[in-house]
Amino acid sequence: MKARAFSYARPSTVMEALETFADAGEDASYVAGGQSLVPALALRLQAPQLLIDIAHIEALRGVELQGGWLRIGALTRHCEVLTDPLIARHAPLYHAAAPHVAHPAIRNRGTIGGSISHSDPASEFPAMTLAMGAELELVSRTGTRRVAADDFFIDLFQTAIEPGELLVAIHVPVIRPGHRWAFHEFARRRGDYALVGCGVLAEFSDGLIEQARIVFFSVGNTPLRARQAEQCLIGKRLDEAAVAAAQALVGGDLDPPEDEHVPPAMKRHLARVLLGRLLGQIMRQDS
Amino acid sequence: MSEPINVSMTVNGSRVSCGVEPRSTLADFLRQTLALTGTHTGCEMGVCGACLVVVDGRVVHSCLMFAVQAGGSVIETVEGLTERAAIADLQDAFHLRNALQCGFCTPGMLMTAYSLLSQPGIPTRDEIRDALSGNYCRCTGYEAIVDAIENVARDRDAASIAQTREEAGA
Amino acid sequence: MNALTSLDRPNSYIGRSVPRPNAKRLLAGRGRYVTDFVLPRMLHVAYVRSPYAHARIVSIDAQAAREMPGVKLVATGQDLARLCTPWVGTMDHFKGMKSPPQLPLPVDKVVWSGQAVVAVVADTRALAEDAAETVAIEFDELPVVVDIDAARMPGSPVISPELGSNLCFHGKIDTGGVDDVFANAAHIVEEEFHFGRHTAVTMEPRAIIADYDASEQQLTVHHATQTPYQFQDIYSRHYGIPESRVRVIAPDIGGSFGMKLHMYHEDMAVVGLSIMLGRPVKYVADRIESFVSDIHARDHRVRARMAVDADGEILAMDVEDVTAIGAFSAYPRTSVVEGNQVYRLMGAPYTFRNYRADLQVVFQNKVQMSQYRAVGHPIACAVTERLVDMIAAKTARDVFEIRSGNLIPDDAYPCTSPTGYQFEALSHHACLAKLRQMMDYDRLRAEQAQLRSKGIHRGIGIATFVEITNPGPAFYGVGGARISSQDGAIIKITPSGDVRCLISVTELGQGTETIIGQIVAEHLGVDRNRIKVITGDTETTPHGGATYACRGAGIGGETALQAALKLKANVLSVAGAILQEASEKLDIQNGWIIDAATMHPRVELAEIARIVYFRSDTLPPGTQAQLSVTHHYAPQGYPFAFTNGVQGCHLELDVETGLVNILKVWVVEDCGRIINPLLVDEQIRGGVVQGLGAAFFEECAYGDNGQLTNGSLADYLVPMAVEMPDIEIGHVETPTLDTQLGAKGVGEAGTAAASAAALNAVNDAMAPFGGSIAQLPMTPARILKALGHI
Repeated sequence: MKARAFSYARPSTVMEALETFADAGEDASYVAGGQSLVPALALRLQAPQLLIDIAHIEALRGVELQGGWLRIGALTRHCEVLTDPLIARHAPLYHAAAPHVAHPAIRNRGTIGGSISHSDPASEFPAMTLAMGAELELVSRTGTRRVAADDFFIDLFQTAIEPGELLVAIHVPVIRPGHRWAFHEFARRRGDYALVGCGVLAEFSDGLIEQARIVFFSVGNTPLRARQAEQCLIGKRLDEAAVAAAQALVGGDLDPPEDEHVPPAMKRHLARVLLGRLLGQIMRQDS
Repeated sequence: MSEPINVSMTVNGSRVSCGVEPRSTLADFLRQTLALTGTHTGCEMGVCGACLVVVDGRVVHSCLMFAVQAGGSVIETVEGLTERAAIADLQDAFHLRNALQCGFCTPGMLMTAYSLLSQPGIPTRDEIRDALSGNYCRCTGYEAIVDAIENVARDRDAASIAQTREEAGA
Repeated sequence: MNALTSLDRPNSYIGRSVPRPNAKRLLAGRGRYVTDFVLPRMLHVAYVRSPYAHARIVSIDAQAAREMPGVKLVATGQDLARLCTPWVGTMDHFKGMKSPPQLPLPVDKVVWSGQAVVAVVADTRALAEDAAETVAIEFDELPVVVDIDAARMPGSPVISPELGSNLCFHGKIDTGGVDDVFANAAHIVEEEFHFGRHTAVTMEPRAIIADYDASEQQLTVHHATQTPYQFQDIYSRHYGIPESRVRVIAPDIGGSFGMKLHMYHEDMAVVGLSIMLGRPVKYVADRIESFVSDIHARDHRVRARMAVDADGEILAMDVEDVTAIGAFSAYPRTSVVEGNQVYRLMGAPYTFRNYRADLQVVFQNKVQMSQYRAVGHPIACAVTERLVDMIAAKTARDVFEIRSGNLIPDDAYPCTSPTGYQFEALSHHACLAKLRQMMDYDRLRAEQAQLRSKGIHRGIGIATFVEITNPGPAFYGVGGARISSQDGAIIKITPSGDVRCLISVTELGQGTETIIGQIVAEHLGVDRNRIKVITGDTETTPHGGATYACRGAGIGGETALQAALKLKANVLSVAGAILQEASEKLDIQNGWIIDAATMHPRVELAEIARIVYFRSDTLPPGTQAQLSVTHHYAPQGYPFAFTNGVQGCHLELDVETGLVNILKVWVVEDCGRIINPLLVDEQIRGGVVQGLGAAFFEECAYGDNGQLTNGSLADYLVPMAVEMPDIEIGHVETPTLDTQLGAKGVGEAGTAAASAAALNAVNDAMAPFGGSIAQLPMTPARILKALGHI
């Protein structure tokens, strides 16, 4: 289990990284924390000719409030997501999900930008990016653009990042007073990829649900919004009947792939149970 | 194209500078080039925890890093922590509690324990188990390891309280 | 209050918890595992493996590989077949058993996916892997045999046509009268059980360095194994090298659990590669290779039923076990042993006399299956104990009550099981009573009822077991396998009065060296710190069985004990000559020769050694002091020393998700004389967790095409710290009278019953919902199915 040979570059600015990538053509791969990429290289599932190490680019670091948005640098490590007070306050679903991301040593090195770019459908951070309605800041040699999470996760390990672009930061709209949220996942062992996971962010006004984002992961090729379940909650008071109604719809929102060990029926069942528990949790927060 | 790159880092307090093939993992570099065989590889994909080392103050998998990525970093392995007696109490506690059998996972366990106990307070048994969630041991069943770490946490806490009292009294 | 116990005597170590002296090295990162070893001019091998479960090898094109950088040799099955004679994994006492001959690498066809086909040797492992990628093998796919029923159907493709069928072995046991008993029984319970294949997943994968020196015709093998003598014999015979020129060294080993005592094709090939190259060749299986080439275990389907009378007395058991072992029977211990122990251990703790069992061992296109910790026990235990719980439910009896009514009484020994196992003395009732008290069982049941009303579903399960330990030659030797059941020790006193003990049992981290040191120290009368125990090198230690089937303490320990007494007699003899005293009036304590009656110290052992080694001129004429002894011990009493015990499992089942939280496990165990309680308890804990792994997580999943679908440590779930409970352990001590030491084995007791207790606990938790489960591992999917959710 040894990676194929490759060469290595360590740019110190974003522009240098982009140019290095452009010069190398498509046979280059960025590495930040490398916690998903290195095993793939060791297994020879991937074999880039050039590894571009972006971990030393200062501009990709840092967490700061920018108006109504929290800007989280792509190099922010999972362990920092777990402990950063700004993230805990303004992007609480990341904070809630962080303890479930793999194990301490992985969290010490893995980066949020890497996780979102990699876009593993079983990963917590891509799903919570979608749940919080964040925007992804992508930089290329020709400029910068921001892509809404709803438009970002396209298919299995496929995102809106174009070749030559680099994810530099995540912008999360900060939590407002009417917001309630909950996160949980069912996993067979601590730190395993979830059988099913979910984050819920709901905004209440006068006791009624004004907006809801319910995002599941480990249920398909990308993180998935349970749109029918979301829709049925809008304008409602969150009570047992509303929870049951959302639960009844969630099975139809999801289309899990065939899997011998975790069949679609089981995924749907677990999703219903999980949604019930999360909405119940939010219901109790309000009372 | 994949020629060796000259890499410098500090390993167990000593400056190391040598040519490294980019594809060499930090684990293989430590074990094969520097003969620091206390770091073990059990899965080479970041699942078993036998290869944990300290890189720039944080415990990470040395199998999930290429040595070239560690250029400029400060690294400590079980040999280094042993030599500067940073984990002597943990090693004693593991020994007395028989918290190891084959010993192959043990350096990784010590790294996790070292990291966990560098934070203040006494972790609960559940917190210790949670910290160990990425460290696989096939021999012990984990309880002795949890016991040993818990014992050291209590001892260190008692020692720090005693020291605080002493300072307050002085 | 403070009465002196036997442990208060000087040098009393047997029964004392002492930590392992050799563990400090491992804690300091100074272990010496084969994976760490670097020899001068050492090369590395990578194997090209079959992507197909069953295929003919049409052609191999390795030209490109031979031209790759750093490549020193590319070898095929043909190349190695010229050097190595084939081996067959059968034993004579399994009547009618058959298995095809095996070679290091296949010459004409592959029989499982992942089988090594071509060896590429290069300067580094990475270069060897680079070259291996360029080897082109053309395969012609053959029909795949995977399913145990399909494999036995007439007209099924036969993997080894020369054997006539896919049946490796068919065994039957019948005491007679079973049909009558079932016909007249008040109740019958029956179930079909499925036990998933799982594997050892040692932390250190398999590792071997073969170093052939043509100038001396000497083969030295550094081999991460628990049985170096067995491999010395195998390498010698199959490569035609005199045994005296084959040295196998087993240094620190990163876990074994029975997995590292089988002859693996890659390992055998490494020896041949070293002979071809005249250089050391190293092979370390990476984790992906481990999953497709280490032996797997379990994989049984058992249909079983029990007959019971109106009073809840078990009358008879009827069992059909089908197990599939891969395309070969493993060498040299065979792959029938697990099935054999399954159908002989069924019902072993109970009094019933009518038993019938049918065992079929089947070939299929998967990696070979063979002995792994607690061989057969967890299956026999789970089947028996689940049926007993089903009887309890059917007859409205408590699970403790049904057992105390049916377990063999503690005063009924010696006795023989319906399957022919001879029990010297077991203690089921004492263990059961102790478990009940440790669990605070009545409180747990009350709590369970109370929590159920709140929607919290806890389960309580217990399982009694019998474990096979201290096997005599009836285990392997009588079947023609060159596997020793005796052990040997050399103990010598150095000129400074220190003691070195070289012994054939081996250290795997379980603490063999520690307990041997304790035994020698106690019986010789010296401080244990003055004893160095040396194991694992065929060049220096006497030939013996080494480590398997829980024999290290019982047989190795008795060997050490007898050797120490022999040496002590020698010491006292020469001490008597020096002191002009009758030797029977002397004793040794704390390294001093003392007056046995008064305990008065006479002369230090070191002084005796000094005189013997340097001033023999001062000894009385005719005195030839023997301060080294070699001693062998072969068990001669009961064919096996059976142990027993009982486990309890308490867990919480999330009935909506199928996820289980294991709250606690209790074990009461009787391994006879306990030499070191600290080590015994940790053997049990580690064993329990392996059993819980089997119960909830571990399974080698295969597709219909014979492909392993979860062959990585990310996909194959091993038990980890968060999911595992604290385990409380109690003991009952019934020493075997076959030996002076009285010790039996303990290494497999934890694994033997943990999955059975968990199975009963999950079923107990599910009972209010009318669901039941009889398949391991109990995954959330299977539990949800049992509960009717999916």
